[in-house]
Amino acid sequence: MVRPLGFLVGLGFITALVLAIFTTPLSNEANVAHEFHKHPRHLKLASDGIVLPHWDKAQLQRGMQVYKEVCSACHSLHLVAFRDIADLGYTEGQIKTFAKGFQVPSVNPDTGEPATRDGLPSDYFPSPYANEVAARAANNNALPPDLSLITKAREGGKDYVYSLLTGFQNPPKNLPAELKPGTGLHYNPYFANLNLAMAPPLAPNQVTYADGTKATVDQMSKDVTAFLVWTAEPKLIKRIQVGYAVFFFLLIFTVLTYLSYRNIWADKKH
Amino acid sequence: MSFPWAKPYEPTHPLMKWMDEKLPIPRLVYNATGPGYPVPRNLNYFWNFGVLAGAALMIQIITGIVLAMHYAANASVAFNSVEHIMRDVNAGWFIRYAHMNGASMFFIVVYLHIFRGLYYGSYKAPREMVWLLGVVIFLLMMATAFMGYVLPWGQMSFWGAQVITGFFSAIPIVGEPVREWLLGGFVPDNATLNRFFSLHYLLPFVILGVIILHIWALHIPGSSNPTGIEVKDEQDTVPFHPYYTAKDGFGVGIFLLIFVALTFFSPNTLGHADNYIPANSLSTPAHIVPEWYFLPFYAILKAFTFNFLWIDAKLWGVIAMFASIALLFFLPWLDSSPIKSSNYRPLYRIFFWILVVDVLLLGWCGMQPAEQPWVILSQLGAIYYFAHFLVILPIVSRIERPLPMPNSITEAVLAKHATDTSSASATA
Repeated sequence: MVRPLGFLVGLGFITALVLAIFTTPLSNEANVAHEFHKHPRHLKLASDGIVLPHWDKAQLQRGMQVYKEVCSACHSLHLVAFRDIADLGYTEGQIKTFAKGFQVPSVNPDTGEPATRDGLPSDYFPSPYANEVAARAANNNALPPDLSLITKAREGGKDYVYSLLTGFQNPPKNLPAELKPGTGLHYNPYFANLNLAMAPPLAPNQVTYADGTKATVDQMSKDVTAFLVWTAEPKLIKRIQVGYAVFFFLLIFTVLTYLSYRNIWADKKH
Repeated sequence: MSFPWAKPYEPTHPLMKWMDEKLPIPRLVYNATGPGYPVPRNLNYFWNFGVLAGAALMIQIITGIVLAMHYAANASVAFNSVEHIMRDVNAGWFIRYAHMNGASMFFIVVYLHIFRGLYYGSYKAPREMVWLLGVVIFLLMMATAFMGYVLPWGQMSFWGAQVITGFFSAIPIVGEPVREWLLGGFVPDNATLNRFFSLHYLLPFVILGVIILHIWALHIPGSSNPTGIEVKDEQDTVPFHPYYTAKDGFGVGIFLLIFVALTFFSPNTLGHADNYIPANSLSTPAHIVPEWYFLPFYAILKAFTFNFLWIDAKLWGVIAMFASIALLFFLPWLDSSPIKSSNYRPLYRIFFWILVVDVLLLGWCGMQPAEQPWVILSQLGAIYYFAHFLVILPIVSRIERPLPMPNSITEAVLAKHATDTSSASATA
């Protein structure tokens, strides 16, 4: 009974699929934006790969400076606390001073009215806008995303972020009219639909690096991307280091289990 | 259970004797996974995957219980509670990545376990019940994995829940009410997240229960083996302990090495970037794809694009997707060949390998956008999938002429060693 019924069911599915093949057009609709879209450029960082990766603390500090002086005007970083920047090589005193430079939302202890106070190391980077409505109102109805996880939350990761920051340019001459940037939009071939609400955020020498590094757009983009790789996964380097220890421990374990397996089976043909 | 020559449990220590009279758990263990369980001597490495699947389940349960201590199943804080685990909980990043990649490892070993069963005819009499329970475990795993993927409440969690519960809305008349009942609302929201968390915690223990039945059913006829010939006498078998505990120990070592490499060195490779964006019901991701282990079934779902026989394409896809798994329940009766092992089935063996390639192709197509050539490839892939089980297999099992078979497991083992030694002496 099972076989004849199964045969009929099978024929039903196969017929539906054969009809589907003959009724589905074999050519795709042309996607014009596709040919102007560019693949992200590779960015090499000290934290890359599994061969002795490390945080380039000087670069992360420069990157945080770019975030603070440029990006933080519109983008929040709400998963990162001031205490976390100890990873970047700051001392406890420096972190306290750094946190004090921010005003965080609070409550007046006498009246209960909303107020602000100086930041503490346990506070998180404050958001530039009170809420989403305020953020959209100030940005031509576009919402600047939180940057904490941005290098993990985009296809292409850090390469994409770096390419986007350095990818603003004039639209090519042969760009079809419907793809031309409208009012308040900016052409960037690394962005999914080519036109981005964010204006080019970086200009040469926009920040002054304390360590004397020349603040080119490319340099600032690299630095802030490196910083955002750290914010997305502060445990990245620790993860690789622990991974080596666990892997080699298990390698020894596996060799021992293999030897005992060979030993136990030595007298048994199988 | 099993064979008359199985070593009996004879406790010598007074404490063990006392225990054996009151609650004979040591006896149970001894007879189930100890020296009291005789196993064919010729099992190859493909027989490691059952134990590995058990190990994967234990890893998922342990890491999952720890995660549940720190996770908050509420739509407004779930996403941030996962990031809290990643950043602030001691070794939380390890526990979370281990759980995330542990699910993938669980599916990898279970898929290998299933294909082992398909190649060596493990589903055939007298082991049909073992196979049926295995398919139940597979279905429970899929439900558990799907609900687990919703819990971080990222974009892919939300839209995955939206798409998968949307399958039910394809059912005429009752579909939409059933979907709303499952979700506890019109779209995935807090009610959905809470019930998925509750069920995601429950189902692994149900799986554990069915695994116990799966092993119980296996121990009645005993394990199958690569020749497919049943055990005839004592020299065909070795005691499970120490022979297979040692071999499984080595298998667990290899499994853990791969697991650790994935978890520590490349934990996000099998995931989606979109799931690091918090769920947003107003913004649909450009490209909604399920986790890799669902991709072949997702490709079958999408392959149906034609309204045929008063049933619309979407419903065809949903029926076909469920049927693609449900047909496994009928496999022991679809394949009427008495020969178990494909080593002696020259014709079936060819179709088996085509099926392997076909499922990989379907998986690849499932990942792609609904564009050509992926649509036609998934349609061809789905045709072969159904044809393989429902048309080819019943016919092949009737017309095939099996290769000559050895008389017993021991004869096969000795013959293999004779050729090994003669070829070794020839080269020497």
